[in-house]
Amino acid sequence: MNVEWLPALILLVPLSGALLALLNRRAAPYFSVFAAFITLILGISAAWHVEAHGPIHASDGLFALDALGALYLLPVCFVYFTSSLYAIGYLWARQQEQAKDEAEPRYRQYFPLMNVFALVILAVPLVANLALMWIAIELTTVFSAFLVAYEDRAEALEAAWKYVALTSMGAMIALLGVLMLYYGTHAAGQAPTWDGLLCAAPHMSAPLLLLAFVLWLIGFGAKTGLVPMHTWLPDAHSQAPASVCAVLSGVETSAALYMLLRIYPALAANPGIHDPAAWYMTAGLITVGSAAFMLLQVHDFKRMFAYSTIEHMGIILTACGIGAAVHEQGTVYQLFAHGFTKSFCFFAAGLAGIIFGTQEIAKVRGLISRSPAAGWALVLGTLAIAGAPPFALFLSEFEILYTGYSSGQYLPTGLLTAFIVIAFIALAYQATRIAFGAPDNIPEQHTAPTIKIPRSSLAAMAIAFIPMFVFGFYLPAPLLHLVHEAALMLEVPA
Amino acid sequence: MMAPVSSIMLSIDGSIAALFVVFGLGVMVSRQMLASLRFFMWQASALTASALALAYALQAVNLLWVALITFTTKVIAVPLVLRWAAGEEVYGRREVDQAMGIPASVLVAAMLALVGWFAVAPVLPTLHGVPFAAINLPTGLIMVLWGAFTVAVRRESVAQLMGLLIMENGAFFGSIAIVHNLTVIAEIAAAVDVPIVALVIGLLIRSIRRITGSTRVGTLDKLHER
Repeated sequence: MNVEWLPALILLVPLSGALLALLNRRAAPYFSVFAAFITLILGISAAWHVEAHGPIHASDGLFALDALGALYLLPVCFVYFTSSLYAIGYLWARQQEQAKDEAEPRYRQYFPLMNVFALVILAVPLVANLALMWIAIELTTVFSAFLVAYEDRAEALEAAWKYVALTSMGAMIALLGVLMLYYGTHAAGQAPTWDGLLCAAPHMSAPLLLLAFVLWLIGFGAKTGLVPMHTWLPDAHSQAPASVCAVLSGVETSAALYMLLRIYPALAANPGIHDPAAWYMTAGLITVGSAAFMLLQVHDFKRMFAYSTIEHMGIILTACGIGAAVHEQGTVYQLFAHGFTKSFCFFAAGLAGIIFGTQEIAKVRGLISRSPAAGWALVLGTLAIAGAPPFALFLSEFEILYTGYSSGQYLPTGLLTAFIVIAFIALAYQATRIAFGAPDNIPEQHTAPTIKIPRSSLAAMAIAFIPMFVFGFYLPAPLLHLVHEAALMLEVPA
Repeated sequence: MMAPVSSIMLSIDGSIAALFVVFGLGVMVSRQMLASLRFFMWQASALTASALALAYALQAVNLLWVALITFTTKVIAVPLVLRWAAGEEVYGRREVDQAMGIPASVLVAAMLALVGWFAVAPVLPTLHGVPFAAINLPTGLIMVLWGAFTVAVRRESVAQLMGLLIMENGAFFGSIAIVHNLTVIAEIAAAVDVPIVALVIGLLIRSIRRITGSTRVGTLDKLHER
C-alpha cells in the first residue's frame, strides 16, 4: 500500500465507524470496535514506517507524521481501541446499575460521538498545518461535550458546561497565538508547519514568538489541565463514563500538551528568548505540586485519577524544562506511557463504580474480596500511575529525576521528587483503602447486589495491562528507536 | 515588506476598530440576552468590514474569503443556529445574571484594555511594513481578554457563549492585519468550526434548560471538592 494514503486512511476509518454507528444503532458498539482495531493497525503501520524510513508527508502537504507525532499517535490508537471494547459491556452494566436513577443515558449518541472524538484527536499529530491542528484540538472539546454529559443529569451537564466553557476559552486564547506564529513563519518564508516553525524560529521577532507562546501556555494549558486552569478536569472525570475518561485523560489532555512540547525547540532556537525552560519548569512544578496536595484530600476515586492526570501533565512539562538529556526516557516516554496507563486506571475505576454503585472512597472498601479482578486491577493501575516499578512510568520518572540531579538542577528536581513522593503516598493510601479495607460499616446499598463484570471490559483491561507492564522492562528495538528519534525533536537545533 | 497604504484606509480601519471595541463592550455589559446577541452580530459585521478594508488596501484576495466566511457564519449562521437550539432563552428578552455589576465590569474592561495594549506594545515595532498591525493587533488581543472576562462573570450560558464568540472575533480581528495567507483548507475548516461550536454549545444549553429548568449556569455548583 502506498504510504501516502496512511494518514488519510487513519482518519477515514473512525469517520466510517461513526457513520455506520449512526446507521445501525444495534451494531454500533461492534462497528466502533472494528473501526478502532483497524485504526490501531494503521497507526502501528504508520509509526513503523516513520521509524524505518523517516517522516511521512502526504496529500500535498496536508498531512505530516514525524517521530514525535507517531509516538503520540500510538497511544491514541491504542486507547481508542481499548476504550471502544471496554464500552460495550461497561455502558450496559452501568445502565443496569443506575436503572433506579431517573437519568436516561445518551446511549444512542455514544458510539457515533466517540468515533468522531477519536477522529479529531487522531488529526492532531497527523495534520501538518498549525491552524488545522488548532481546529482539531478545538473540536475535541466540541465532540466530547455530550460524552461527558452522557448521563443527562444536572451534575453531568454542569461538568460538561465547565469543560466546554473553560477549554473553549483556552482554545480562543491559543488561536491568537496560532495566527501570530502563522505570520512569523510566513514572514520568514516558511510553511506554517512544525518544520517551518523550527526553520523560522531563529529569524522571528522574539517578542512575537514569546507572546504567541504565552497565549499557547494559557490557552492549551487550560485544555491540558495546568493549574490554575485545571478545574474542569476533576469535575468532567467524575461525571463522564469510565470509557470516556480513559480517552479524555489518557490522550485528549496530552493533545494540547503535545502542542506545548513541540513549540519548545522553536523557543530555544530563538536567540532573543532567554531561558524558555524556566517557563516550562515553573508551570510544570506548580501543576505537579498542586495536584499532589489535592490528591491527599480527594474523596472520589475517579476524581483521584483526574488529579493524577494533572500531576502527570505537570511532570511532563517540568521534564521538558529540565533539559535535553531527559527527553528520551523522560519527557516523550512519559507522554507515551501515560496514555495507556491512565486508561487502564479508569477502566478499573469504572468497574469499581459499577460494583459499589458509588465513587466515594469512604463508601468503598474490600474491593478485592468483592471482585478480585477489579480490585487487583485498581491496585496495580494505581501503583503503575504512581510510578512504582516495574511499570512503564517508573522508567520515565526515574530517568527524569536521575537526569535532573546529575545535571545539577537540584532545586526543581528536588521539588519534583517531593511532589512525586507525596502523590505516590496519597494514591497508594487511597487505593489500599479501597481494595483491602474491611467491608464493614458500609451502608447497605453500597454492599449489595453483585453485577457481573462484563467480559468485554475485562478483555479491554487485560489488553491495556500488557504495554503498561511490559514496557516497564522491555521495549522492542523499533519502539526504542522511535522514542529516541522523538526525543531528538525536542532538542534545540544546532 | 508590504507596500505603504493611504492614511484614509488607516483612518477607515481605525474607525472600524473603534466600532469593534464599542460592540464588544456592548456584549460585555448588555443586560438582556437578545441585546448581547445583537451586539455580537454587529461586532462580526465590523470584523467583516475590517477584512474588506484590508483586502482592498493590501490587495489581498484571501481576506475577501475571510470577510465572506465571517459574515456567513457569524452574522447569519450563528444566530440561526442559536434560534434553533436555544431560541426561547435568546429571544425571550431574558435578563442576564452576572457576578459583577456593570460599573465594575467597565472598570475591569478598562484595565484589561491596558494589559492588552502593554502585552502587544513590544511586538509592534518588530512588525515592520505591516501597516494595520498597530490598529488590529492590540484591538484583537483586548477583545480576547474581554471575551474571557465575559465568560468568567456572566452566569448565563448564552451570555457565556457570546463571550466565547467575541474572543474568536478578537483573535481574527487581530490576525487579519498580519495573516492574509491562511490556506483555503484552513479557511474552510475555520468556517465550519464556528457554527459547529455554536450548535453543540446551543444543544448543551438546551439540555441544561430541560434538566434544570433554566440556563443559569451560575447555579450549577454541585461539583466541588469537599
